[in-house]
Amino acid sequence: MTMAEVQIMTGNTAAAIAAKLCQVQVVAAYPITPQTSITETLSQYIESGALKAEYVRVEGEHSALTVCISASTVGARAFTSTSSHGLLYMHEQLHWAAGSRLPIVMCCVNRGVGAPWSIFNDQQDSIAQRDTGWIQIYCRDNQEIIDTVIQSYRIAEEVYAPVMVCYDGFVLSHTMMPVSVPEAALVNSFLPPYKPHTFLSAENPRNINPVIFPHMRKNSAGVLCDGYMEMRYKLQKSLEKAKDTIIAVGMQYTKLTGRDYSELLWHYKTEDADIVLTGMGSIATEATVAVDQLRLQGIKAGVVGVRVFRPFPRIALQKALQGARAIFVLEKAISYGYEGALCSDIKAALYGTGISAPMHNYIAGLGGRDVKAREIAAAVETSLGEINNKKTHNKTVWINCRQ
Amino acid sequence: MPENLFKVNREEYMLPGNRACQGCGLSLSYRYVLKALRENTILTLPASCLTVLHGLYPTTSVVIPCLNCTFASTAASAAGLVAGLAATGKTDTTVVAVAGDGGTYDIGIQALSGAAERGTDFIFVCYDNEGYMNTGTQRSSATPMGALTTTTPILTKEQNKKDMLKIMEAHDIAYIATTSPAYPLDLYDKFVKAKRIKGTRYMQIHVPCPPGWGYPPRETVKLARLAIETGVFVLFEIENGKFRLTGRSKSLAEKGTRIPLTNYLERQDRFKKMSADQLSQLQKFVDNKWNEYLKKSAS
Amino acid sequence: MEKKDKNISAMSTPAVGEAGLTGDWRDMKPVIDHSKCIPAVKKKAACYLCWLYCPEGVIKAGIPVEIDMDYCKGCGICAEECPAKAIAMVTEEG
Repeated sequence: MTMAEVQIMTGNTAAAIAAKLCQVQVVAAYPITPQTSITETLSQYIESGALKAEYVRVEGEHSALTVCISASTVGARAFTSTSSHGLLYMHEQLHWAAGSRLPIVMCCVNRGVGAPWSIFNDQQDSIAQRDTGWIQIYCRDNQEIIDTVIQSYRIAEEVYAPVMVCYDGFVLSHTMMPVSVPEAALVNSFLPPYKPHTFLSAENPRNINPVIFPHMRKNSAGVLCDGYMEMRYKLQKSLEKAKDTIIAVGMQYTKLTGRDYSELLWHYKTEDADIVLTGMGSIATEATVAVDQLRLQGIKAGVVGVRVFRPFPRIALQKALQGARAIFVLEKAISYGYEGALCSDIKAALYGTGISAPMHNYIAGLGGRDVKAREIAAAVETSLGEINNKKTHNKTVWINCRQ
Repeated sequence: MPENLFKVNREEYMLPGNRACQGCGLSLSYRYVLKALRENTILTLPASCLTVLHGLYPTTSVVIPCLNCTFASTAASAAGLVAGLAATGKTDTTVVAVAGDGGTYDIGIQALSGAAERGTDFIFVCYDNEGYMNTGTQRSSATPMGALTTTTPILTKEQNKKDMLKIMEAHDIAYIATTSPAYPLDLYDKFVKAKRIKGTRYMQIHVPCPPGWGYPPRETVKLARLAIETGVFVLFEIENGKFRLTGRSKSLAEKGTRIPLTNYLERQDRFKKMSADQLSQLQKFVDNKWNEYLKKSAS
Repeated sequence: MEKKDKNISAMSTPAVGEAGLTGDWRDMKPVIDHSKCIPAVKKKAACYLCWLYCPEGVIKAGIPVEIDMDYCKGCGICAEECPAKAIAMVTEEG
């Protein structure tokens, strides 16, 4: 294991350094708070010659992802980053990138969506994109940001699916933390050059991503080619298999750096916990502080943090939640008209397993409202009281919100 | 005459048996666009008639590499091809975006303006059939005043055609040219020229559409010619900011007389509900544009 | 043994007849009168405006001029543009 240097840096700087270490070849991005400084840092690297890449100063986020799509198609490693409305603006292209099976890596610096405007942190932006076919990984701290972006190119280029690296706006993007920066040689040995699966040569011309019929059709060589459903089935199967790839890549990275990425989930004091809190990103980190407070009250609580949200870690969660007598799902987002998406996904994962612990969904921190550990702890204590009185197996609670 | 014809690249890059309509003006124009561009080209195109001409999976009717993209993103898709090819050291391939008037004037205008403003090294081709034809003839900003479309089915199009060429001229790009399937050799020559120029090149083709405009397919070339004879469509080039009329439009300006608009309009069903007032407005519009062009070529 | 499509994304290969035999679209077909057709009469390469203006590129600029009837869609542009009026659009039988 090589000695890497530890620097104090913001989450955005960590992301930019990771992209530079991965020697991305095309960057296309548009300013939006709070991710803008990623793109500014990358501009500095590119204009100074520190990173040899094409920087396309696009006129909007829809074009940013479009540039990445076509650049990736011709074999260039592409990177972009955005937040909130920028992500929403490129929504159409998220579907397009996944269906094209392109290994684009994008940082989504989580920020709430309007109307009305919020520039502050919540996760509605990325969670609302969960159906697009992108792999989604949520980071807890700035070290995870740099490590995850690097692993994401490996994962993306093996699975041929795009990866969204999500981290909380302002909370991580603008907060300074110590980060051990992997050496360039280590990243080079870890990340082989990108081999596109697409053909775009004059000798072997292809028409890529044309209209496709519902049914399968024979090509001129007599091969029965896929219909739309088969193509999409292939994407789904690849994403399901991606769980193994993510773990394998994570384990290799763990060996190289000593930092543990061998699982899709992370655990805090779960060995003897029968009350489990779960969530993604910094809200789950805050839950660890709440857990410490609850333990002082004699409540054996622990946190199961969801690092990989898509593909959904169904089996891992079934295992992790087996012994729980109550589950509290913290989310900085909600699927309006129903409940938090993570909560629904966990319930679906537990369906048929016999795990029927009460699950309460805590909607917290929307539009950047501060979430205090003691509020989480208090909510848990209230919920436990209701559960003990056989009331409310299933409830959605809005934390610290006037109702 | 044949020496002229045969200086054209004899290779056909459009294979027979494609899905374009009988008498499609795009099909005719595209034959020569591809002959001029040749094999070392990468095309990118959005949802449009051309997508259908290129064919449905798993077969394509065009023998040049092509990347399909979403409707709004054509010029950005091209910009990404340019960046990707530059980054991976493949610099001898011409990147060509081909969009209809919808994908250029309307939904595609933002990405086009962005790519042009940045001086992206690509060719953007707008094939202008004056409406959203692939979805069944809806009005676009390129539809001429007085035309019936499915979204202007009674009152006809109110506004005059947007002057996209002026918009592209305002971007100070390397080369702008207008072309027509009435003059395939002129089209071919301009595309051959464009291929050799560096920077953003914008090519507009005036493309008659039998089902969309309402005329028998055999008259596609005739109508394209009439558009030029009336001055509705003008053949010109702007190279590094210098404007010059070309071909038939040049000879019309120097020694001919344009014929009245009615010669062109009366052959198309889409103009049958045009009012006398609209006709005189449109004639004035065409006359004014023509005079602007005359002034530009004099300066 | 059926060959499976190994592609993970949609990439079409080129072939003639992507839309089938588009000659089936015709209700009128072009018939060339070689006694009027300029290259046939002059017995040398000449005119060939039909070849120039065919949107499908299915006209062979030879002596005589030949039209690929498997793929000619019957649009009639060749007939319209022929300066010798050597091409007539005739109703298809059947």
